[in-house]
Amino acid sequence: MAIDPGLKSELQKHGVFTIPFEELYNWSRKSSIWPLQFGLACCAIEMIASAASRYDLARFGAEVFRATPRQADLMIVAGTVTKKMAPQVVRLWNQMPEPKYCISMGACAISGGPFKDGYNVLKGIDRYIPVDVHIPGCPPRPEALIHAIMTLQRKIAGTDLEAGRRPRWYDSSATTDFPIPAFGEHDLVPPANREIWSPPKDYTDVTIAEVLKKS
Amino acid sequence: MEAIEKIKEVLVASVQGAQIEIIASTPAAAQPALLVDRDHVAGVARFLKEDDRFKMDFCSCVTGVDYPALGVIEVVYHLYSVALRQGPVVLKVRAPRDLQECHVPSLTPVWRGCEFQEREAYDLYGVKFTGHPDLRRILMWDEFTDHPMRKDYVPPQDYEWEPTPHDATLDRAKAAGGIVPPTALEDAKKK
Repeated sequence: MAIDPGLKSELQKHGVFTIPFEELYNWSRKSSIWPLQFGLACCAIEMIASAASRYDLARFGAEVFRATPRQADLMIVAGTVTKKMAPQVVRLWNQMPEPKYCISMGACAISGGPFKDGYNVLKGIDRYIPVDVHIPGCPPRPEALIHAIMTLQRKIAGTDLEAGRRPRWYDSSATTDFPIPAFGEHDLVPPANREIWSPPKDYTDVTIAEVLKKS
Repeated sequence: MEAIEKIKEVLVASVQGAQIEIIASTPAAAQPALLVDRDHVAGVARFLKEDDRFKMDFCSCVTGVDYPALGVIEVVYHLYSVALRQGPVVLKVRAPRDLQECHVPSLTPVWRGCEFQEREAYDLYGVKFTGHPDLRRILMWDEFTDHPMRKDYVPPQDYEWEPTPHDATLDRAKAAGGIVPPTALEDAKKK
């Protein structure tokens, strides 16, 4: 569906702008990402700084932090997710309308960070909800968050709207509900959503015992 | 503020039947404590609060300590007097580690500020505070059955994937049959 660049340029000289619908659609969506206004720990302070005048997230169209999941497009998981908080985070995610995106901000939201050996800390929010962009850092600087938003914008710009290659939310029968973990006697039940999370594939062939045997 | 021996003398003379022992502190803490028996700790606390010589009107900290070797859980109260600008007086009371027997009298009726801190000690150490107005878990969820700050607490086995394991975490990952990057094992060997 590419337009001949020469024709496009010629038309522009006469004040006629041509653009594929897909590009226009994606451009408008990526330019108004409304994040959910919620923070969990110190990363949220950096998120607030990003939105304030010095770093000015408004330059990227993402300054409208919504206080309700119903109006939000993006969930920035900013901080340590405790096991007590995890079900609430998944619930908020379920309440967000499609299309929705998730940024996992900081070491804690990625993996539990410095607290991952704690009995009370979830080892990464990607165990329960699908994450689009991970930002390392403890906490990441506002520039890093802005970079993540730009990465997400590139991802949105690349959304394919052709029939058959459309994202899941165009399928009206697709469920957007992710199972909310229950509070168990010792841990969350289940400890991870197996449908979306498993240990990285590169390493799953080798268990520790085998590596120890070899070396 | 008088010396700890003097405080003990006054308490023994004033609170009938109280058995009080002075626990020498480690050099780092430099704060000797008064170990009071379970039956009289409430009386001792009320006396310290109401007596004009002490006026301990502020309980700043309540915490638990687990001593598996002694078979006891210790509850520590740090008391200050805002009125007389003195303190701290450290009160300790001990209970057996066994969950059925592990109870001490609540000091919330004496200092209202103890309420949340005693709930925390109950949550993390399993100490039941008899006479507490609202003894529920405060940090962990209600369905949780363990007491994680006890030294024999076994954390859940969620070590199936450890990107940067070392020391105890590496041991746990091994025990759980978990997965780690081979480079992490090499790093651990070099140490």
